[in-house]
Amino acid sequence: MSALLEIEDLQVTFGGTAAVRGASLRVEKGETHCLVGESGCGKSVTALAVMSLLARGGHRSAKRMSFAGTDLLSLSDRAMARIRGNRMSMIFQEPMTSLNPAFTVGSQMAEVLTRHKGASRGDALERAVALMGRVGITAPEMRLGQFPHQLSGGLRQRVMIAMALMCDPELLVADEPTTALDVTVQAQILRLLATLKRELGLSILLITHDLGIVARVADRVSVMYAGEVVERAPTAALFRAPQHPYTRGLLSCVPAPGRVRRDKPLGSIPGVVPTISPGFAGCAFRSRCAHADSTCEHEIPRRVAGAAHDYLCRLAPTLAEPLPA
Amino acid sequence: MSAPVVVAAAPALRVGKAGFAIGIAIVGVIALAALFGNALIPQDPFVQDLGKRLIPPFWMEGSRPEHLLGTDQLGRDYLARLVYGARISLLIGIMTVITSGLIGITLGVLGGFFGGRIDDVVLFAITTRLSIPVVLVALAVVGLMGSGLGLVVATLGLLLWDRFAVVARATTQQVRNLDYVNAAWCAGASTPHILIKEILPNIASHLAVVATLEMALAILLEAALSFLGLGVPPPLPSWGLMIAEGKDYMFFSAWVIMIPGVALAVLVLGINLVGDGLRNLLGTERLR
Repeated sequence: MSALLEIEDLQVTFGGTAAVRGASLRVEKGETHCLVGESGCGKSVTALAVMSLLARGGHRSAKRMSFAGTDLLSLSDRAMARIRGNRMSMIFQEPMTSLNPAFTVGSQMAEVLTRHKGASRGDALERAVALMGRVGITAPEMRLGQFPHQLSGGLRQRVMIAMALMCDPELLVADEPTTALDVTVQAQILRLLATLKRELGLSILLITHDLGIVARVADRVSVMYAGEVVERAPTAALFRAPQHPYTRGLLSCVPAPGRVRRDKPLGSIPGVVPTISPGFAGCAFRSRCAHADSTCEHEIPRRVAGAAHDYLCRLAPTLAEPLPA
Repeated sequence: MSAPVVVAAAPALRVGKAGFAIGIAIVGVIALAALFGNALIPQDPFVQDLGKRLIPPFWMEGSRPEHLLGTDQLGRDYLARLVYGARISLLIGIMTVITSGLIGITLGVLGGFFGGRIDDVVLFAITTRLSIPVVLVALAVVGLMGSGLGLVVATLGLLLWDRFAVVARATTQQVRNLDYVNAAWCAGASTPHILIKEILPNIASHLAVVATLEMALAILLEAALSFLGLGVPPPLPSWGLMIAEGKDYMFFSAWVIMIPGVALAVLVLGINLVGDGLRNLLGTERLR
């Protein structure tokens, strides 16, 4: 497998705060890559940096950032716009507000194809109908003429997915696509993403804070904390032998039936993600880490724990051990 | 009139759907009269007949069936002039709103969307404009350059764009950061596309409300200018001019100024009712 998206040492700053600090990421062709972490640790900013859509005041730099052999760093705005929505598309957390309320679903979907591929409106609408059927929307011809406010949340997210697929993208960036949906719809959407990935050979960069989702759909996982990728591993390895104390903390926060006892509090990581200003050195997790000592204030080595599994911590790798009950 | 007025902050007059319907009916009837009235009325609004001066309207004694609303001081049919005046009022209202809307919406959307330097320039233009008293400038321009329909439209259009700019700027700033705009960027949309298809349609409901307000205002201002003899030149029958020409007779023939005055009030009321109805209809849902 060759990497579809390769990011090396990505830095994103907003004024005096560093949102992403040296994140490296590799998304292979045809894999679902999960980016995990709690709120404010730079997951969404990383995705937006890839799309070159940082908010005003954001500045990005990287050693390398390539997408299917194209160097994204040297692309002009116009060339980047030709890639967005065409070879690389994105779906969002809030399906309720992600569609333009002023136009019908059909015309919004058709627009993407006419813009990028120069297709006629008729052809584009035809493809929209086909894709809506593909993502499990019943009576797509009827939906075509409807406005977003006439659709439910789950339906809108399906429309967003279908719209993202209009141009046969190689990469789908999904920023918490199921967070705003209820659990049953969530499962349907995840299943849909998995099917699409398998059948269309799509690569998915899935941003989430939900480890349950990671366990279900991810091939590989990158755990982000305070703008750094602190641990990268194949999904199975990550759940079997998490290495970074933050990853372990995250895993211990997931309540599992049979493991949770009524008289014991649910797991949590005390504190919040610190705001990192430039010049910060050492491990960003040390203020919340039970294993922190003075060496954590210095440069932290990236250690290897197994095949394609590395992490950023001074602690030596531990072998697979059962999670603390 | 030069105070900055934020439309959304004004207390919503609860007129409901009935008010909207009444407003549409009023404006519709007046618009139809303006378009087709003079073709249906046999009398010519410009033909004078000094032998038939100041014939009273149908509800008063001494009226004549061929002059339903009587005649003016030069013996011209009042109904014909009223209907022709509606044409002038609506024309001025619509042309002014188109001119000022183009200027104001362009400035407001650009300022709200791009922010930074461009927004500074737009804000400066708005504050400058707000510091200029409209009536005074209109008087000066018309006084210097002579009166005329085109000049009145140009003057009002170049002066009444401030509310469009303020509202367009504020709503653009709101809409600019909404999810569907971000989603459009992510789908590879260009800046013009974002402005025209994502921003404009979604602030249009607010701008429509402003347009009705400005239209009513422009019609009133034209009437005021014409009353002062600085608007539409005679013998064109503008409602303001009709009031001005009739003011000498108001103590003996009050209907001479009442008829155009009532017409003016009803038209402005109708336009405002339409504006309120539009706000109730579109205002709450769209900006989400």
